[in-house]
Amino acid sequence: MLLLLLLLLLLLWWCYCSVRFGLDLRSMNLGNGKGSMSTVTTTGVMKSGDVVSNQFPAGLRVLVVDDDPTCLMILEKMLRTCLYEVTKCNRAETALSLLRENKNGFDIVISDVHMPDMDGFKLLEHIGLEMDLPVIMMSADDGKSVVMKGVTHGACDYLIKPVRIEALKNIWQHVVRKKKNEWKDAEQSGSAEEGDRQPKASDEADYSSSANEGSWRNSKKRRDEEEEEAEDRDDTSTLKKPRVVWSVELHQQFVAAVDQLGIDKAVPKKILELMNVPGLTRENVASHLQKYRLYLRRLSGVSQHQNNMNNSFLGSQEATFGTISSISGIDLQTLAVAGQLPAQSLATLQAAGLGRSTAKAGVPMPIMDQRNLFSFENPRVRFGEGQQQHLSSSKPMNLLLGIPTNMEPKQLANLHQSTQSIASLNMRVNASAPQGNPLLMQMPQSQPRGQMLSENTGPRVPRLPSSLGQPNVSNGISNGFLGRNGIAGNNRGPAYNPVPPNSSLLSFPMNQSSEMSVNNSLPLGSTPGMSSITTKGSFQEEVTSGIKTSGGFPSYDIFNELHHHKSHDWEITNPGLTYSAPHHANPLQGNIDVSPSVLVHQGFSSTQQTGQSRDATLIGKSMFSVGQGSEQDNLQNAVQHLHPLLVDNSVRVKSERIPDASSQTNLFPDHYGQEDLMSALLKQQEGMGPAESEFEFDAYSLDNIPV
Amino acid sequence: MDVGQMQRQWIDYTKSLFLEGFLDGQFLQLQQLQDENNPDFVVEVVSLFFEDSERLLKDLTFAIDQNGVDFKKVDAHVHQLKGSSSSIGAQRVKNCCIAFRNFCEEQNTDACLRCLQQVKQEYCLVKNKLETLFRLEQQIVAAGGSIPTELSFSG
Repeated sequence: MLLLLLLLLLLLWWCYCSVRFGLDLRSMNLGNGKGSMSTVTTTGVMKSGDVVSNQFPAGLRVLVVDDDPTCLMILEKMLRTCLYEVTKCNRAETALSLLRENKNGFDIVISDVHMPDMDGFKLLEHIGLEMDLPVIMMSADDGKSVVMKGVTHGACDYLIKPVRIEALKNIWQHVVRKKKNEWKDAEQSGSAEEGDRQPKASDEADYSSSANEGSWRNSKKRRDEEEEEAEDRDDTSTLKKPRVVWSVELHQQFVAAVDQLGIDKAVPKKILELMNVPGLTRENVASHLQKYRLYLRRLSGVSQHQNNMNNSFLGSQEATFGTISSISGIDLQTLAVAGQLPAQSLATLQAAGLGRSTAKAGVPMPIMDQRNLFSFENPRVRFGEGQQQHLSSSKPMNLLLGIPTNMEPKQLANLHQSTQSIASLNMRVNASAPQGNPLLMQMPQSQPRGQMLSENTGPRVPRLPSSLGQPNVSNGISNGFLGRNGIAGNNRGPAYNPVPPNSSLLSFPMNQSSEMSVNNSLPLGSTPGMSSITTKGSFQEEVTSGIKTSGGFPSYDIFNELHHHKSHDWEITNPGLTYSAPHHANPLQGNIDVSPSVLVHQGFSSTQQTGQSRDATLIGKSMFSVGQGSEQDNLQNAVQHLHPLLVDNSVRVKSERIPDASSQTNLFPDHYGQEDLMSALLKQQEGMGPAESEFEFDAYSLDNIPV
Repeated sequence: MDVGQMQRQWIDYTKSLFLEGFLDGQFLQLQQLQDENNPDFVVEVVSLFFEDSERLLKDLTFAIDQNGVDFKKVDAHVHQLKGSSSSIGAQRVKNCCIAFRNFCEEQNTDACLRCLQQVKQEYCLVKNKLETLFRLEQQIVAAGGSIPTELSFSG
């Protein structure tokens, strides 16, 4: 009798738990781990997008490819224990055909690097081109060059064998991230809907406070809501973009179109026209083009681009981190980050009006000839290459990875005019910010720094645009950046290019954007290069002058500060600081939504700037954790840090930037509540769709974040 | 021997394997993956490892015995062995593989031969040890006991 009662109580408790935590404990119990996967798969989790699965990430459909049977078996068991749905195969060819047959049958792929029938990287490329799924590489090899290869080929993560189950538990983040970026791309194509973002942010705030497990659910809900709203608003109605599967035929059509136009002249719009495929959007083509370009580059081997890139970045793709000059370090990171950014971010950038497929342009090229950077056509910035492209694209690459210390206000203005100037700014910054390099170097510790890179590039974009009076912020980009930053959280402090205190650059944006919310100092969207920042996304808004962000110059200030205090901490370009290229219309003009990510970054920079031994990694961590959808606190901390930073900056910055530190104290006080920021950030972290919109402007809730 | 005694023996033996470096933390992970639904998971995986390793060692021996040693191939095999041994936690074997790979890079045939011997030796050792452990587990289960899930190192 008693036993029965107990059992009943237990059952009730399980039910409660499952509801509360979004886990299906019952199914877990039933399956006891092994069989439960099948029972849990229900809602296809990510795929559907409409059904919020309480069990997410349970049910995630993973394809694991490894020729080593021992590893394969272990991985399968581990993944099943994580409640994922696992399909294993020991040959790359099998994997590819499986994927081709089931276009939407998998959410993520994990592949070994060394396989007898096909190189893991080749498989990675194929998957990227054809199915655009997130791919995680794995190997017992932990040499830098191999890891770098993973980054440049577009792997979203790299695991070192032996793989621990903890590492596998979080792989769902890559799926979410990618979806988020796709979403963002879709949005980018449309007009920015700043207005909507804010309301969303508040929604998100509520959600973000919920438990992690539940957060996905929430974020999904929010994202769904947002999607709906966005769709209403969005003319292009590309908001909820279903993943376009690039079949072999479609890809061939694409290639034919590109060949016809000439690889250098091929622009998404024209390609789209030539292909004449109904239902295909420019963004789809844009992102695919980026990937394709990167792929070609890789194929062509060392081209002059490569050389250039190497110079700029590391002196060689394979260059060890250590050897890279500080700037390159940053670039590398940016690139790495950029590399990680899915093509979508690139697409976003394009959408932002860059008209270029440079995805990662934000990478600040080391003092190298800035123009050169621009001249590269690296559609795929996997490793910074993309960044070059951006730079070369000469599109408003407001993304300044580092804060050019040398930047003079004039330069800033120039930047505003053209990407080149921005690039130069970056360059300058990079050049002048030797400290930055150390930062960069320091930052990346082990993981593929991709994130770092992007981060660097992202925020760097000086506000200038705003000062220039151009509101450029492309939300999408900033989002991308921001998001990236969040993701890049891997314990790296934001890699800020150390911006020399006197960098005029910083001051630039300052004056303008007093309004600009700090967070996004650079509309990521606007700067193609900024891709790195994208994740956070909203930074961009701020940059534009149009944006009235209270934070205004956080980014700049921060850079100043950063540079000032601890150059080496800031490898990561403050995502928030992405400077939108002047060119871009600042969709967000009205909204200064500093995306949470921005804030976080800002937080980083601020912390660094304040000279406290804030550990950049700490921030990075907080960012990171935020990414994980957990810490509001981190965010708050970040924000808080940001505040002081901003305050400082404002003081330092000669330009007007926003009025004073005092006003700055609240980073984004007026515009966005901390909650918004947090929610935006958290949303980002969780890959929520709605966060997208938030990002752009949510940055302001920084001040809310308690330190 | 009663079940309790056997279990203690199992614990001590396992601990010694860790202390002597035959096994590392990854093996613990494997043990944790084992549950009532997969009571033989560890044994299955390790058996798979044995099979695969023997094949690899044979290929390695063949490749090194060639007149013109193809170091790339040798390296590929060693890399694989390194991967699988690290996945199950066979630490010593893994370490041998690491050294082996360095010599492959240097294309030092003699050193590679020596490494191969060493790897084979370590592999045999760990195979014996693990087989002993599994036998012990079988005995415990046969006697009605269960394999301890915690290795308390308090002694």
